Amino acid sequence: MLGFTIRRILQMIPTILAVALLVFVIFSIIPGSFASSLMSDGRGGADADMLARINAEFGLDKPVHVRFFEYITGLIQFDLGTSFKFREPVTDVINARIWASLKLSIAAMVFAIAIGVPLGFIAALRPGSILDTITMVFAVSGLSMPQFWLGLLLMYFFALQLGWLPSFGYGGGQLKYLILPAITLGVTPLALLARTTRAGVLEIMNEDFIRTAHSKGMSNARVIRWHLLRNVMVLVVTTIGLQFGSMMGQAVVIEKLFAWPGIGLLLVDSVAVRDIPVVQGTILVIVVWFLVINTFVDIIYAAIDPRIKQT
Amino acid sequence: MRGFNFNLWFGGFLTLVVVIGALFAPLLTSLDPVYDANLMNAELPPDGEFWFGTDEQGRDIFTRVLYGARISLTVGVVSQIINSVIGLALGISAAYWGGWWDDLVNGLTNVMLAIPSLIFALAIMAILGPGLLSLLIALGLTNWSWTCRIARSSTLSLKGQGYVQAAQTLGYGDIRIMATQLLPNMVGPILVISTLGIGAAVLAEAALSFLGLGIRPPFPSWGSMLTNARELIAIAPWATIFPGLAIFVTVLGFNLLGDGLRDYLDPHMRTREQ
Repeated sequence: MLGFTIRRILQMIPTILAVALLVFVIFSIIPGSFASSLMSDGRGGADADMLARINAEFGLDKPVHVRFFEYITGLIQFDLGTSFKFREPVTDVINARIWASLKLSIAAMVFAIAIGVPLGFIAALRPGSILDTITMVFAVSGLSMPQFWLGLLLMYFFALQLGWLPSFGYGGGQLKYLILPAITLGVTPLALLARTTRAGVLEIMNEDFIRTAHSKGMSNARVIRWHLLRNVMVLVVTTIGLQFGSMMGQAVVIEKLFAWPGIGLLLVDSVAVRDIPVVQGTILVIVVWFLVINTFVDIIYAAIDPRIKQT
Repeated sequence: MRGFNFNLWFGGFLTLVVVIGALFAPLLTSLDPVYDANLMNAELPPDGEFWFGTDEQGRDIFTRVLYGARISLTVGVVSQIINSVIGLALGISAAYWGGWWDDLVNGLTNVMLAIPSLIFALAIMAILGPGLLSLLIALGLTNWSWTCRIARSSTLSLKGQGYVQAAQTLGYGDIRIMATQLLPNMVGPILVISTLGIGAAVLAEAALSFLGLGIRPPFPSWGSMLTNARELIAIAPWATIFPGLAIFVTVLGFNLLGDGLRDYLDPHMRTREQ
């Protein structure tokens, strides 16, 4: 088990390096630079001297391979460079925003689990019932709906029409500001969880060991508790992990919509002004988050299901 | 429900409605989506003349939604074709040739799977700048990893089949074997993943345009229409409702069609799920 855990953690390193390389290469071939976007703010072309000075200040006049080497050496020491716009270390800029993103992701996931899992479970126990049909229609809709549109509709009804909740902003961390963005972000994982749970329960109910349990006279409640739940949980935990890992990526649009000051909003705003170190840094954080959660899920998975370890 | 593939038929119906709307837009409306602005008609609610109401410049939202279907479908279909070609070429060749090429493709696929495709597309859009061509490139290069995985695993299981070995014995070239012996045998699953991929691309286009990185106003992309609508939501909610509904219907259509195709091509799955 320990060997598996260590191996799984080490496997992340090449992927992280490859992503760092890919992100770096992509942003080294940008035609315009931060300097030119800073200078050409609609007041005519950029002044060549000024451009050179800004480029020198940020070390952009060095050749690409030197910059990449510096970037990777920095990365190993958790140094992501200096933001062009904020003139602060990127790690500080991200650090100031990441908690808002984490809070939003966790709230959305809690919402999705609390509703999605029981819904899928109940639907599967009565396949073909009205509740089952409604759940499935809801699940398919949730997966096809543009989240930001749902966010706009929620904003319209609950903030503008009913006035129950604030329409956007962070509100210094008050709970009522969290509700609408979290529901919006949570709908897709909710739909997926309902679907996965339902499919998982249906599949496992047909397994031999469930039939055996029933035939040896075990009560329905006990079969569900002892055999069904444990097996379905493996599937549900995997889905939760995958969804939670990719949530920071999905949150970008939602954070923009609700002006939620997380790293998604930071990414979009930094792309607009070509603050490349921040863009690279946020993308790396989102990817590392995804990999860490995935690795964690794999390890839990191996712990729950002893069959995995053999492979 | 058994025997009647609801997903296939309903998904096909929704998709057909959107395709017809896109193809025959000029016949279904006499107005122009960009130039027929009239401030006298600004922000009118839906009525007999303007079925979906008008926006802040007095343009007919129904017209703009219809023409928006052209952009969405173009981006969805073309970018998915690029993805499928990349995924198939990499997946089949990796499994067929094996060795360092397989390792390389596998590594690349894993890296692609680790970067959320919307984030990757966003990064590429940041470099290329807004526009239709950039969208096709950004979305066409970032969503091929599942196709690649499926193509690779299909090839691995087909490679040992008698007819592939027969083709090798007959002296067929590698490329010919991949194209004529391997490719036709994975059409089903690839068709399913590609149909679902079109839906995902339509959603991604809408999100990027909403962020101001995709199709820019005044052109009628559903995503960028929603950016404008956000400012007017208190006075003209219909400007939000209809473009979003169009995205929803389109994506739902492709998702159901994909699910339906999977059930149709693999009846075993269907009986098991019910």
